[in-house]
Amino acid sequence: LFFLFNSLPRNRIKVDAQRKKPFVLKMPMELTQSRIQKIWLPNDNRPALPRRSCGPQLANSPTVIVMVGLPARGKTYISKKLTRYLNWIGVPTKVFNVGEYRREAVKHYSSYDFFRPDNEEAMKVRKQCALAALRDVKLYLTEEGGQIAVFDATNTTRERRGMILNFAKENGFKVFFIESVCNDPTVVATNVMEVKLSSPDYRDCNSTDAMEDFMKRINCYQASYQPLDPDNYDRELSLIKVIDVGRRFLVNRVQDHIQSRIVYYLMNIHVQPRTIYLCRHGESDFNLKGKIGGDSGLSNRGKKFALALNKFVEEQNLKDLKVWTSQLKRTIQTAEALQLPYEQWKALNEIDAGVCEEMTYEEIREQYPEEFALRDQDKYYYRYPSGESYQDLVQRLEPVIMELERQENVLVICHQAVMRCLLAYFLDKSADEMPYLKCPLHAVLKLTPVAYGCRVESISLNIEAVNTHRERPEEAKKGPNPLMRRNSVIPLASPEPTKKPRINSFEEHVAVSSALPGCVPQEVPTQLPGQ
Amino acid sequence: PARELTQNPLHKTWEPYDNGLPAGHSAQRGVCMTNCPTLIVMVGLPARGKTYISKKLTRYLNWIGVPTKEFNVGQYRRALVKKYKSFEFFLPDNEEGLKIRKQCALAALNDVRQYLSEENGHVAVFDATNTTRERRETIYKFGEENGYKTFFVESVCVDPEVIAANIVQVKLGSPDYVDCSNDEATEDFMKRIECYKNSYETLDETFDKDLSYIKIMDVGRSYLVNRVMDHIQSRIVYYLMNIHVTPRSIYLCRHGESELNLKGRIGGDPGLSVRGKEFAKSLAQFINEQNIKDLKVWTSQMKRTIQTAEALGVPYEQWKVLNEIDAGVCEEMTYEEIQENYPLEFALRDQDKYRYRYPKGESYEDLVQRLEPVIMELERQENVLVICHQAVMRCLLAYFLDKPAEQLPYLKCPLHTVLKLTPVAYG
Repeated sequence: LFFLFNSLPRNRIKVDAQRKKPFVLKMPMELTQSRIQKIWLPNDNRPALPRRSCGPQLANSPTVIVMVGLPARGKTYISKKLTRYLNWIGVPTKVFNVGEYRREAVKHYSSYDFFRPDNEEAMKVRKQCALAALRDVKLYLTEEGGQIAVFDATNTTRERRGMILNFAKENGFKVFFIESVCNDPTVVATNVMEVKLSSPDYRDCNSTDAMEDFMKRINCYQASYQPLDPDNYDRELSLIKVIDVGRRFLVNRVQDHIQSRIVYYLMNIHVQPRTIYLCRHGESDFNLKGKIGGDSGLSNRGKKFALALNKFVEEQNLKDLKVWTSQLKRTIQTAEALQLPYEQWKALNEIDAGVCEEMTYEEIREQYPEEFALRDQDKYYYRYPSGESYQDLVQRLEPVIMELERQENVLVICHQAVMRCLLAYFLDKSADEMPYLKCPLHAVLKLTPVAYGCRVESISLNIEAVNTHRERPEEAKKGPNPLMRRNSVIPLASPEPTKKPRINSFEEHVAVSSALPGCVPQEVPTQLPGQ
Repeated sequence: PARELTQNPLHKTWEPYDNGLPAGHSAQRGVCMTNCPTLIVMVGLPARGKTYISKKLTRYLNWIGVPTKEFNVGQYRRALVKKYKSFEFFLPDNEEGLKIRKQCALAALNDVRQYLSEENGHVAVFDATNTTRERRETIYKFGEENGYKTFFVESVCVDPEVIAANIVQVKLGSPDYVDCSNDEATEDFMKRIECYKNSYETLDETFDKDLSYIKIMDVGRSYLVNRVMDHIQSRIVYYLMNIHVTPRSIYLCRHGESELNLKGRIGGDPGLSVRGKEFAKSLAQFINEQNIKDLKVWTSQMKRTIQTAEALGVPYEQWKVLNEIDAGVCEEMTYEEIQENYPLEFALRDQDKYRYRYPKGESYEDLVQRLEPVIMELERQENVLVICHQAVMRCLLAYFLDKPAEQLPYLKCPLHTVLKLTPVAYG
């Protein structure tokens, strides 16, 4: 078996050609279906493409995304959010924040003087940090299986950008610039308050001093700032200029699919405060019987939950709440209790269990013992026969995520597997963790964007229900069998952005949520060792 | 007490009902989610691709289920002024001409209003030069008065080669120039463009900062996007940013005949029959002879399309979204068996084949939604061969040939036939 490294962010498998002339076919198109993913692959002895977890073989070159902009313009916010999105859709992406490298190099930040353009010593250090970060970018993209590296720094001079372009050229990387331009003093001040005052740089300062110092810091960059100039000097570059927090965009020379998706994403996100509520339908008749899938109605307790949900929503006192359901009866019945308009999305339907639909787990174990075992081995990639996998779910939920980004207050009434996928996006959970996230019946998760991540509150509505959660079985806790590992895009949680000892193999990487510490929902398990 | 739900027998969606009647309040997640209709206003000098964009965008929006119609002011002018004489009609000081042209614009706007406010249209594309602020002001006010959102699409291009190519592609064949030689037509048209230049006021960063618009520069090299207001505008921008005009061909075909085809059974995941394998080999030969530069090959994740691709000896990509329509409980049945076991379903399908959803399966309407990313990627690509399935191929074909939903499920897509699609002029 072999795979080409798939740089494409969806469930598409690239298959190389049979190395024979088309007219001299010895093998009559024999195929075998892979056991976990149910993918049909040729079973002649085609040489495997080297499946190092290094970079792609034939696929698109890796891309370096270069952030550009004065301090407090949202570069890190965009970097982190974009990285989270790309990882969720299956494109291995990592942020390299030069400020973090600087904090490693210069243990104690004294004042804005460090950033003065005439501070030669500091300029030297800052350049070294940028180079160190670029070295790690190179490693990530060429040896650690990364597909996209986000280089998060001000990069405000042509000289600096020129250096990065050379670096990319030497290494065969594509470059895409994202510049954030904003001159609205209110926005800048808000940003400084939201994320700068709490920076490690200012841990020993009071807010006023910190604010004052940071404004002087911004000033240090102003004189030498050369914005991207797509009309002339930067005509040949691929870039997007985000102006005034998304009011306007200038896009130049989008080169490929992933850049097009990045542009689309950036054009759909916003920073308006809002809340997203995720919950499952009320307990269903099938839940009571332990049957999976199907299209049953609510049990009595499920109906009670629907009423409790109505009360909860009223108490939240929200402006303009949108309510979304799937097209399965149980979510719609739940929404009906709210007496609000709601929209039905087929894309929110529960994972299709194919031949196992409407069976209990015992029945599945009895009738399809091999399938039952395979699912526990690799629950993210496992596709039910004639059904779907979590990986398939992510692909069909992507338009939901895109629309959620566009919206403001939304309540999504969905299903266990679907909710896990959505939650993984918001909390930056890896593919490995996603199928085991705890999403119990009769509880609502309230997600609020804050700083660089998402605050999550779990609210149980105190109506009894069956527990439908299955823990990761002991044997499978060792971690995914490397032979089973599909080289085509392994969705990761966005790797830890701070500078750390280099990670040897990205499969061993420990996923970390980008949410602020202390904001892990009560029901999401903590990291299991070795994962 | 919560309302009862009933499942619509045709598209299997659950709807609340009061007193035995569907209450019909919950929105189906079709595609268009704007509350107000949208008025798209094209802006640009002649021969900048406005009509090309209008038609293509209209075709796309209709395909994804957003009722859209274009209103080309030039056509209104041709209806009013039976015979086009020369560019002089467009001279800025030709009062008679100006009067007629304004009349045509207003007539077109009137039809726009009828379409959006009385005929359930969601989007109207107003295709004219609209090169002055005055004209755009008029249209914007019209939009406001009627409760429409207005979105401007401006095409800016100064490359003389592009303009010349456009003229050759679509202007020489215009009814205006039916009695002219190519040289005469070109010369007249160039003078026509000149008539607009002096008064051309491009969308401006400052003056038009509160308008929603996209400015397309140099046939898509760069874009300026201002104040996207809602979902549909966001989709329009995404679409416009993915299309291109580089010549290329798209090949559509089905997998070779399968074992289940032979038995008259639908769906399933069978392999190729002997004849199907023969087809795969012939397809390889055909593709070879076509001598296509950088051909991409796409298949579904079903065995029969993959087996077909294997014969080609080139790399291919498997897309799950290209899988055949899911026939749910009817999978692997023959039509006789369906008629016997599910007579009601059998009858319903013939009633509205586009919207009919198999029990626990899909409808053509569902297919279109899942194929949209395929269409978007096809727009980005150049030469592509898509090896897929009957229902899937019908959906893709309907997009390219602008076939409406009623016709889509009946498009002829026989086995062992390749459709070669090449963009030309406006189609």
